Amino acid sequence: MSQDNSNLTVQDKVVASLKRRRRQEKLFRTLGLGSVILSLALVAILFINIFSKGVPAFWQTSMTVEVYFDPDVIRISEKPEQQPNETFEDFDERLLDWETQLGFVNFNRILSDSITPLLSDFERSQTRYVTQLVTSGERHALRDMVMEDPSIVGETRSLTLLTSADVDVWLKGNIDRSLPDDQLQLPAVVREWADELHANGHIQNRFSTALFMNPDSRSSLASAGLAGAFVGSFYMLLIVIFLAIPMGVAAAIYLEEFAPKNKLTDIIEVNINNLAAVPSIIFGLLGAAVFINWFKLPMSAPVVGGLVLSLMTLPTVIIATRATLRAIPPSIRAAALGLGASKTQTVFHHVLPLAIPGILTGSILGVAQALGETAPLLLIGMKSFVASIPQSPMDQATALPVQIYLWQGNELRNFFEARTSAAIIVLLMLMISLNSLAIWLRRKLEVRW
Amino acid sequence: MNMKRFATLACATAASLVVFSASAQQRDVIQIAGSSTVLPFSSIAAEEFGNNFTRYRTPVVGSGGSGGGLRQFCQGVGANTIDIANSSRAIRPNELENCKSNGVEEVIEVKIGYDGIVFASRAGGGRFELEPEHVFLAQARRVPQDGEMVMNPYSSWAEIDSSLPDQEIVLAIPGSNHGTREVYEEKVIMEGCMKFEQIQALDSDAQDDACLAMRTDGRVVEIAGDYTETLARLESNRNTVGVFGLSFYESNRDRLQVATVSGVTPSIDNIIAGDYPVSRPLYFYIKGAHIGVIPGLQEFAQFFVSDMTSGFGSILESAGLIPLSDEERDQVLQTIREKESL
Repeated sequence: MSQDNSNLTVQDKVVASLKRRRRQEKLFRTLGLGSVILSLALVAILFINIFSKGVPAFWQTSMTVEVYFDPDVIRISEKPEQQPNETFEDFDERLLDWETQLGFVNFNRILSDSITPLLSDFERSQTRYVTQLVTSGERHALRDMVMEDPSIVGETRSLTLLTSADVDVWLKGNIDRSLPDDQLQLPAVVREWADELHANGHIQNRFSTALFMNPDSRSSLASAGLAGAFVGSFYMLLIVIFLAIPMGVAAAIYLEEFAPKNKLTDIIEVNINNLAAVPSIIFGLLGAAVFINWFKLPMSAPVVGGLVLSLMTLPTVIIATRATLRAIPPSIRAAALGLGASKTQTVFHHVLPLAIPGILTGSILGVAQALGETAPLLLIGMKSFVASIPQSPMDQATALPVQIYLWQGNELRNFFEARTSAAIIVLLMLMISLNSLAIWLRRKLEVRW
Repeated sequence: MNMKRFATLACATAASLVVFSASAQQRDVIQIAGSSTVLPFSSIAAEEFGNNFTRYRTPVVGSGGSGGGLRQFCQGVGANTIDIANSSRAIRPNELENCKSNGVEEVIEVKIGYDGIVFASRAGGGRFELEPEHVFLAQARRVPQDGEMVMNPYSSWAEIDSSLPDQEIVLAIPGSNHGTREVYEEKVIMEGCMKFEQIQALDSDAQDDACLAMRTDGRVVEIAGDYTETLARLESNRNTVGVFGLSFYESNRDRLQVATVSGVTPSIDNIIAGDYPVSRPLYFYIKGAHIGVIPGLQEFAQFFVSDMTSGFGSILESAGLIPLSDEERDQVLQTIREKESL
């Protein structure tokens, strides 16, 4: 009797607790789902914000103009050619003199003479405003054309010239067009010309190759591009790939397969894990102290950046490789050893090939992390303004994330807010493609035991 | 097989490192760092220099503030130190001493032009007609009142002077790493502060203390970064009044509204005429020992100061630099030619 009673109470208790347990589960599920939705919403806001600002910057206004290379303005001697009895140094000197002579040609006049016929309402006194339509770097583009091929003088070429940053901002409506004159950067007459040329199709919004092909610029803001930063990042990643990955993999193999298990290797293991958690800016301080002050490597050079990023990536690669090696079943090693393979043969003929997919994934993720790293680069002088594309890892350069930081600080906000977002999109795309490559490789090469 | 490949790779990287280090002794590109006010002008001059003189490479320009740039400049002589320090104030005697004790004996001072410092608030807000004493009263820790120094009681500009807008006081000023700060303190704060008899009566150390101490209730924000950071402050807190360079204001006239100081609107014309009180010369400093070692160093300085680059109607003037007078320009060019060091 008493047993029945107690049975009943147990059942009652269970039934009574069921409600509470279900409520708890429901609460937990709602919380979990809520946090997923919240984080997705935050990412979506971020992406929408960046893309809505940045995507229009991939297109830029440019003007198609018939440019007449007026021989009355371009008065230069004949381009020197190397004489048979002339040393290369002498010839180079003559060529440089000729190029300097070309530097004194007023290409702005060539530009304004070519543009004024397109304007319906133009007075001689407004000449100085005409050049404000086109970004100032285009006069160097004209000079380079003449330098390349002097026979162009006297001819007319149809060229597409980038408009100045202020004109781009005005035509795209990135500035409030109803503002009074004293709050706008462009003079009224230039704004009217820009609108007129835009209406009759001389100025069009075209895909901006300048953004990808040009290095950074401050004197000709509309031609500022990512090429210099891209090449700088590329050199650094090359150094990371050739330095951090072989060293990391070799260290991991040694530690996992050959090293004795004792206090010393324990300490090493703990330190590698600690190293992976060190904030990246510390690697920057270290790089500045060791590579620049001690090894006397140049400032702002990708070689130093690459070395610093290699140090930073090394622990990631070691940890990923060790985890992969540990996941390979001991039976593989036992079988190889049983058939008479040496320890080295076992590792390199049997274990390592099976570990390659994991190592690749870990390395690519490490490299992607290095690509996005900014803080250590700021400390080794890579936040300088560099107006040329680096020719070697020893040349001064910036990196993609640093270029974003630099553009964020540019004083012409209306133009560079969009340009900065465009640079962020380019960097994000690179990161996404590296990460998808890692996932794809893992899927394709993965072996299941 | 794999091991061999690893070994070759490791050897190759090691070898290339050695080659890199060996070639590191030479440098053929001018390296510049310093003031963020001078940075845009310096960058434009560098780019134009590279474009006009194909025989030299385009100089590389870094930031770091006037103080930071001069510290880097004074680290020593050699290929891994910078050649030129940009500064929005003259070098201080202790900095010059530090330079000399590190072996930087020849320091050539080059004045490049002038720049105005402006107070700006967001466009569309109340108009400010500031006097130096208004700014002092807005930022000081203690203000003179009824013959005593009392903790700053002001929370709105209208409380300071009824002609100012009834807007909460939030002032964004350049951090102490910026050369602009020194000029701001000298030409605005000290100027405004010394108008009070009570402070005039103090000795000069006590005057400095009384004038420059800032309130710590969060109404004065020191900005260590660039003017874009100050602009971001203005956009997040719409009551903020920020301190900017004239050229930055010119580039963002659609977002900013400039305040008059002592009744004068800041403009290039007013600064050249000497009417606008808050202006200062801009400089760069050349390491004399690097002239002749780093190709194009002297030529770059001459190019920068030339009438073509920084005179009236030049590209730097349109970027907001206020040109030197012709006599000043001749004098500076002679300093560069003769390598007259400080």
